[in-house]
Amino acid sequence: MEPEAAKLIGAGIAAVAMAGAGVGIGNIFGSYLQGALRNPSAADGQRTNLFIGFALAEATGLFGLLISFILLFGV
Amino acid sequence: MHQFEIKRLLHIKIGGLDASFTNSSLWMVIGVICVALLLLGGSKKVIPGRLQSIGELLFEFISNMVRDTMGEDGRKFFPFIFTLFMFVLMSNMLGLVPYSFTVTSHIIVTFALAITVWLGATMYGFYKNGLGYLKLFAPSGTPMVMLPLLVVIEIISYFTRPISLSVRLFANMMAGHTMLKVFGAFVVALGWAGIAPLAVMVGFTALELLVAFLQAFVFAILSCMYINDALHPYH
Repeated sequence: MEPEAAKLIGAGIAAVAMAGAGVGIGNIFGSYLQGALRNPSAADGQRTNLFIGFALAEATGLFGLLISFILLFGV
Repeated sequence: MHQFEIKRLLHIKIGGLDASFTNSSLWMVIGVICVALLLLGGSKKVIPGRLQSIGELLFEFISNMVRDTMGEDGRKFFPFIFTLFMFVLMSNMLGLVPYSFTVTSHIIVTFALAITVWLGATMYGFYKNGLGYLKLFAPSGTPMVMLPLLVVIEIISYFTRPISLSVRLFANMMAGHTMLKVFGAFVVALGWAGIAPLAVMVGFTALELLVAFLQAFVFAILSCMYINDALHPYH
């Protein structure tokens, strides 16, 4: 395989990590809405935790995206 | 890509260091000026106008967040967090203006911000708690058997904090702008049928506005969490 082709394929495979981030973020916001609709008065107090969870779930996927950026533009 | 290129506007060399004034520096200065105009330039009435309302809303928003995450003794960090938030927010927002430069789409900028927060929080933690700050790595109530494993995990997670903080902001900005560029190319390539991707572009630009705000907020809230660990390490 040519190195250029291997680089592009590798970048594509690395970007698959974002699928996990998508599942995680959807899960967090879905669960938050579920809880918030059951008990709306408690929803405001948990908004901070919501965004922290969102940030942590997103970070893991973004590490994969970073690898694909490095492969595409860095190497 | 063209929009991420760094261009030297003024060539300055100090010793062997290249300290040129680049387009990145220019947009940082513009960002700071915009923040100053937004917060100081407007009228100061009891009943606020539109511009004054924006400033007051942002101030109150961050003020509440700082109180929620750090408690009353975190008030002294409010100016720092608010400055950080406004700078990141304004850089992200200015990046959405066509032909502008997104300061936060370069990892060195976001990493400099993140390592400042992390180093500052670590030094403050040791200054305030002495060596007791190391108890952060051994959460109370952990069984002795689990302790060696957990300490290693906590230390690794502590040291990846600046990386994850900077990579999150950088990757979001870079990916967002790349996506807009790709869809922009569709609009040009399709000719008159380009009206369909153009409609999608309007939606994506709205989404990018949301992301720009959300990432600035997430950056500020995580900085608060890290400083909170330094303030109250016994969780």
